[in-house]
Amino acid sequence: MTELLKVTDLDVEFPTRRGTVKAAQGVSLTLKKGEVLGLVGESGAGKSTIGNAIIDLLERPGRVAAGSIVFEGEELRGKTEDEMRSVRGDRIGMIFQDPQTSLNPLLTVGVQLVETIEKTTDLRGKDAEARAIELLEAVGITEAQSRLKAYPHQFSGGMRQRVVIALALAGDPDLVIADEPTTALDVSIQAQILDLIKKLCRERDLGVIIVTHDIGVIAEIADRVAVMYRGKVVETGEVGQILGAPEHEYTKSLIAAVPPSDRRLERFNSVDYIEGGSDTRRRIDVQNHWLGEKSHDASDGPTIEVNDLNLSFVLEKAILKKNRKMLKAVDNVSFAIQPGETFGLVGESGSGKSTVARLIAGLYKPDSGQVNILGQDVSTNPRLPAAVEAHRALQMVFQDPYSSLNSRMRVLDIVAEPIRFYKLTSSEAETRKIVGDLLDHVGLGAAAALRYPHEFSGGQRQRISIARALACRPRILICDEPTSALDVSVQATILNLLKDLQEELGLTMLFISHDLPVIRQMCDRIAVMRHGAICEIADNEALFTNAQHEYSQHLLKLMPTYVGQ
Amino acid sequence: MSEKTMTRWQRFLDNDIVWSFFHSPGAMLAAFVTVVFVVAAFAAPIIAPFNPFDPSQISLWDGKLPPAWVDGGQPQYLLGTDNQGRDMLSTILYGGRLSIIVGLAAVGLGMVLGVTLGVISGYVGGTTDAIIMRIADVQLTIPGILLAILINGIGRSFLPLEMREEFAIYVVILAIGLIDWPQFARVARGATLVEANKEYVQAARVIGLPAWLIMLRHILPNTLRPVLVIATIGLALAIISEATLSFLGHGIPPTTPSLGTLIRVGNEYLFSGLWWITFFPAIALVVLVFAVNLLGDWMRDALNPKLR
Repeated sequence: MTELLKVTDLDVEFPTRRGTVKAAQGVSLTLKKGEVLGLVGESGAGKSTIGNAIIDLLERPGRVAAGSIVFEGEELRGKTEDEMRSVRGDRIGMIFQDPQTSLNPLLTVGVQLVETIEKTTDLRGKDAEARAIELLEAVGITEAQSRLKAYPHQFSGGMRQRVVIALALAGDPDLVIADEPTTALDVSIQAQILDLIKKLCRERDLGVIIVTHDIGVIAEIADRVAVMYRGKVVETGEVGQILGAPEHEYTKSLIAAVPPSDRRLERFNSVDYIEGGSDTRRRIDVQNHWLGEKSHDASDGPTIEVNDLNLSFVLEKAILKKNRKMLKAVDNVSFAIQPGETFGLVGESGSGKSTVARLIAGLYKPDSGQVNILGQDVSTNPRLPAAVEAHRALQMVFQDPYSSLNSRMRVLDIVAEPIRFYKLTSSEAETRKIVGDLLDHVGLGAAAALRYPHEFSGGQRQRISIARALACRPRILICDEPTSALDVSVQATILNLLKDLQEELGLTMLFISHDLPVIRQMCDRIAVMRHGAICEIADNEALFTNAQHEYSQHLLKLMPTYVGQ
Repeated sequence: MSEKTMTRWQRFLDNDIVWSFFHSPGAMLAAFVTVVFVVAAFAAPIIAPFNPFDPSQISLWDGKLPPAWVDGGQPQYLLGTDNQGRDMLSTILYGGRLSIIVGLAAVGLGMVLGVTLGVISGYVGGTTDAIIMRIADVQLTIPGILLAILINGIGRSFLPLEMREEFAIYVVILAIGLIDWPQFARVARGATLVEANKEYVQAARVIGLPAWLIMLRHILPNTLRPVLVIATIGLALAIISEATLSFLGHGIPPTTPSLGTLIRVGNEYLFSGLWWITFFPAIALVVLVFAVNLLGDWMRDALNPKLR
């Protein structure tokens, strides 16, 4: 079989005022018809750059510096913009990451499809419309005829991504490049979209390049895999071989960092190929340190107790109460977390898990129900001195490392803020020393104190967030999707850090994630949430081996699993 | 060059905004003109050939002289003299100083008032927000200059007669500052709404910091970028407002003329052919406002990551 696409020794450069950045170096790839090639790597590895270089859509000032791109026996490099435009869409289709932004919200789906079809094929008018209906049916949209008149916002996220796929197929291309096609979608929808892409690839004999950071996606769909690291392809091979018996050190680290779903590890090991991953922590002796001093007396009974919590958000305002449209974000939620336990909340987006965390942290006020922290009711009257005191024992680590630190403050001031505010030390010199110790302890090094957040990577910022939480000397840590914005290898190091801290300090943790394998690694007991309500609370082992509730079983079934490791 | 070996100055030069400044000729020119203007205005007592406020240096005999290069002009009066025999160049320098001072003070007042109310409005929300923003909306329905005349009139009527001239400048500052605040409040409120939802603000709330401290330490510094942009453009507007007030005779009295006062005085003589009394202050005003506006435009582009 001949090759559909052959990329040889491709170099992509981004000239900046600080010198030229080589986004891709000597990249060679081949793709046959009917084959799915997975391009996997972490952020900054250059995987999207390759996809964009193939269709000549590099963001300025990026340019292809060397190498060749041969598509169906034809060299694409050196083609003019006009010639490329007929290649794009006609012969190469694109699927982008975010279905929210890749469709025009002001035009109906039909108009957008027909427009693309008329531009890329000879079909006109009624014929183009018939073709649009055919395409929508091919991507699994029922009642396609009537759906043509619908606007993008009338579709759900998964349906919208199907429309995007239909658009990519409009010109009947031979090659489809999908850049993180399922990253913005929930697990259950991800599985459907991947199935669809795979099916279309087989039926139409398409070549597909899937660009992704997610090994689970690769395992699900790819035939062959190219692993990228710092702009280079470090390893290429059949999917089974790469996942099962990786040869390159980086691939090994990457795969070791993926949380397995079938068993619970003590820690993730051998992630030392990764930035910041090697264990350079200068640990402090917690027991004899400021950090280890108990600021709250241990109490009997559960650390956090939540009783019949309810909260509704107003969707549509109205003066009369009965006319208001409400969304029940949290619906009669009750659970208790024992001292030293890690309690997991898992569910898809919109299930209310983050809202529960924010209710416990006091960021929202419940409509009804009660939150007890260390035996103290903190929800009825949060301004009570005893409630304020109890709340201080609770700290939170947030999801987005880029917005959870104030970019105008030095790391020193960010971490020292609670210490200074509550006067937890006797002098400024002591505060600075403790901040240095904390930064050392989370693996950043005390020298980080005088720098600003923007100088750090996502994983490092998350360490700063953790240090800030520790500065309150908490007994309870709420982690709200602490690693979902991070690369898988960085995720492994952060999860290791959280595990260590919990052990050393005897922290009670509430761990929130949409990612079942991560939950599997971190939690002792797990609550599965859906539509604001808890479906099931079970021990880790029990949930993953013998889930009781229908929805839990459904979620577990969709969890990407792969052999290997 | 590693970051640790960089001096503070090098790091300053390395900053994206500073870099953008040194690569945009328009901004550099505007900054140059503004700086020249400000320096000349504030150094007026040193560099001006005459002191227009000193009666002993003014001679009515020298009144209404044209610029030096025109027939009948005298070399010591480069840009001519006004009706009272004051040297135009010196008067423009002194007047420019007054205009800049009034502009800066008025914008400062409007900014402090507007940003404070805007941040509180955005962070506290609810009824407080509704009340503050409705007041701002109502105020924006009245033309600013009319409102300034009104505030100016009321302000003066509270002053005893003999103090009116002396305090006129403060009343003008108050009037312009008070018509400026809704712009600042709106921008600050918008920025606050964005920042208040970010996780670093939630983290501060979880730590247990009181609301005023969160607003002051976390939200305020992060809303300053857009505020700075409209402050620059607002400065140009405030200078124009002052000139308009003075032109209409409601601003700075003719004994200590600002640019606007000079233009008004000159306007009366325009048809008698004494064009220079109006022309030169007007040119000075246009150049100053234009330069400040250009600077504001550049700042808006440079500080907005979406346009970069």
